Amino acid sequence: MKRLLALVIMMLVAATPLLAVEPDEILKDPRLEERARTLSSELRCLVCQNQSIDDSHAPLARDLRVLVRQKLVAGDSDDAVRAFLVDRYGDFILLKPRFSFDTLALWLSPFALLILGGGMLLRTSRRASLSKVEALDHAEQARLNEVLKAKDSSVS
Amino acid sequence: MMVELGHFALIMAFATALIQTVMPMWGAIARDPGLAGMARYSAFVTFALVLIAYLALTFAYIGSDFSVANVAMNSHSTKPLMYKISGVWSNHEGSMLLWVMILVLFAALVALRGGGMPERLLASVLSVQGAIAAAFLLFILLTSNPFARLSDVPMEGQGLNPILEDPGLAIHPPMLYLGYVGFSVAFSFAVGALVHGRIDAVWARFVRPWTLLAWIFLTLGIAMGSYWAYYELGWGGWWFWDPVENASLMPWLMGTALLHSTIVMEKRDALKVWTILLSILTFSLSLLGTFLVRSGVITSVHSFASDPARGVFILGILTLFIGGGLSLFAWRAPSLKQGGLFAPVSREGALVVNNLFLATSAVAVLVGTLYPLVLETLNGSKISVGAPYFNLTTVPLFVCLLMLVPFGQSLAWKRGDLRGVSQRLLAAFGISMLAMMATFAVTRGGPVAAPLGLGLGVWLIAGSATDIITRCYRRGLSLSTVIERALGLPRSAWGTALAHAGMGITVIGISATAWGVESLAVVTKHESLTVGPYTVSLEQAFKRKGEGFREDVAQFSVMEGASARGLIETSKRVHTGREMPTTEAGIVTYGLGQLYASVNEILPDGRVSIRFYWKPLVTLIWGGALVMALGGAVSLADRRVRIALSAKAKRPSAIKAEAKA
Repeated sequence: MKRLLALVIMMLVAATPLLAVEPDEILKDPRLEERARTLSSELRCLVCQNQSIDDSHAPLARDLRVLVRQKLVAGDSDDAVRAFLVDRYGDFILLKPRFSFDTLALWLSPFALLILGGGMLLRTSRRASLSKVEALDHAEQARLNEVLKAKDSSVS
Repeated sequence: MMVELGHFALIMAFATALIQTVMPMWGAIARDPGLAGMARYSAFVTFALVLIAYLALTFAYIGSDFSVANVAMNSHSTKPLMYKISGVWSNHEGSMLLWVMILVLFAALVALRGGGMPERLLASVLSVQGAIAAAFLLFILLTSNPFARLSDVPMEGQGLNPILEDPGLAIHPPMLYLGYVGFSVAFSFAVGALVHGRIDAVWARFVRPWTLLAWIFLTLGIAMGSYWAYYELGWGGWWFWDPVENASLMPWLMGTALLHSTIVMEKRDALKVWTILLSILTFSLSLLGTFLVRSGVITSVHSFASDPARGVFILGILTLFIGGGLSLFAWRAPSLKQGGLFAPVSREGALVVNNLFLATSAVAVLVGTLYPLVLETLNGSKISVGAPYFNLTTVPLFVCLLMLVPFGQSLAWKRGDLRGVSQRLLAAFGISMLAMMATFAVTRGGPVAAPLGLGLGVWLIAGSATDIITRCYRRGLSLSTVIERALGLPRSAWGTALAHAGMGITVIGISATAWGVESLAVVTKHESLTVGPYTVSLEQAFKRKGEGFREDVAQFSVMEGASARGLIETSKRVHTGREMPTTEAGIVTYGLGQLYASVNEILPDGRVSIRFYWKPLVTLIWGGALVMALGGAVSLADRRVRIALSAKAKRPSAIKAEAKA
């Protein structure tokens, strides 16, 4: 019976049509609303698979959207809202991870690779232009002359 | 009976794949032509056996044989035939079987076309293909048997996941797998060459068509998947940086780099070591993608299998092939002779820079995708890496890369003349600047990124046009000569131009998303709403029953100014059987843009909560990808590439004919 009940509740939750940013959530001040949208698109819906709260249909995402808007209306800065949410839910909520010791490799590795690769390229290209092309040996030179001669005679 | 036959064929295929692995490699190393010659036949036999197994499963689906667990769980007797056939790969077991089937298909094609290849190279290539096939066949047989029977046979199947019940399912996975798995050929060629010890322009000429073929399919597969997500998931996005999307993007980025470096190798015999490494890395990323999707370590809509045993098994395969490939590389690569030299400013140099950017962006995607997983394993902290990270890292890399593309395309081999190229590109540069300025002026006050992106797209297209024009136009030539010369250009030149222009088209489509308009509201009947240049008003909301579902439909009329532009419908659909609700977006294309409607809720009092988007130029995103793939196909049709594929390539007469041409 309990399992059946759980199933029914789950189905009800799944079937409740909820969509990201519902009309009644929108703030009157377009500048605040704009900030709310930008912020929400960088916050993870904690119960979804890789969706921001701005995109998600889940009830939790709606609660968070409303919360973000309340904080903004109350005059909090974007950073303050983020800090508040991280306090509550941990770093997991940020889709754009903060730059910290933990995320050092994450943020730096692509650029380190680019610089490293670029440096290596520069070095090899300099070396390549310095190294001399080997001269032809006698046999090769003779063959080349032969080929050139043959070509000359075929042209004329 | 058929099902048991299929299962038996699969077991036999494992055995022949083992033979295909061991005997030819032995023959290649011991220089025994008899053993090496077994490669081709065993490749054909393995393919035939896997095909039998695959067809057996397909027939079980078509005949709705619910005694087979896989069919019972993923099909329904009333499904249309198309979804019965594509239902085969709608689940873990079946899609792994498709994966292996494409793998052995590629091996058989290589065997069929490989008559002109050096015997030892062919033997070792097919041997590596056999090893990969054997590993995955064992995986299927031990952990994911699609032929398992049910003792308790149900009367009816559970049906397909409604999200998957879409023409997209019929096209997207096979395309993607043809791409993913197609890169195995490049991998096998690389390993074969390392074993064989000879890597030269001939090798590159053999490997390039296969890489190109895989790339074409992967491009189409990714584009298809993106459009499917766009219309099916119902919130108007077309790329979500989902781990599984990333899994397909990484091999694409690396494969694109590989495609360009094989050109250098084929034309100039340079960059050998790097090309071999790229071949190994590209397929490694394909394998990693398979692991990410199939093991369930990453939560995603695509991971329908979350069985740790499977994950560990695939991880084992991954370690074996990536580790083995890279170890072999580390051992043998230093002995490879470096080929042609080139100045930093040259076509080769430009392609090296292209490789640097593409490889770096592949690594950025890789790091972003795996970082949360690794960090949690290391110190338990849970973080998310989402779209903002990927946009911040890949977009600048791509912008830099794309700005350089027209230069690279126009530079000469060996030693390029940067000043001359700049002069030739002056017109293209002027056109793109003009396009950018004009858009700035027209959309004053709008987003800044959009005109910049548009300028970049135009620059790519104009750069490609410049390349073609400078090749066939000289002052004083008559029009007919110019056309004749244009037609006489190698197909690969046209292919390059098309592919780069296609990229430009996609870039324009992506940039235009910044001009997108979104309107959401709760509307009553005949109430209207403005969406960009259009006015929509609610005509009616009603209930409807369709085949296998019932839905609540909201119907809107679209007006542009005073003229009617038709109707648009969107619905909340509940699929019978699984009782799973989905949102069916309404999409109408006007010119190159699309009007996108997504119903939120139909309230009991008849009001409709709705979300509309106007997405100008959005179709260019996928249109550009099609043009890119077309460019690939045109390159593939190039005479030189075709000859490499042809078994007659080795005949002296053919070579002579080519020399004359």
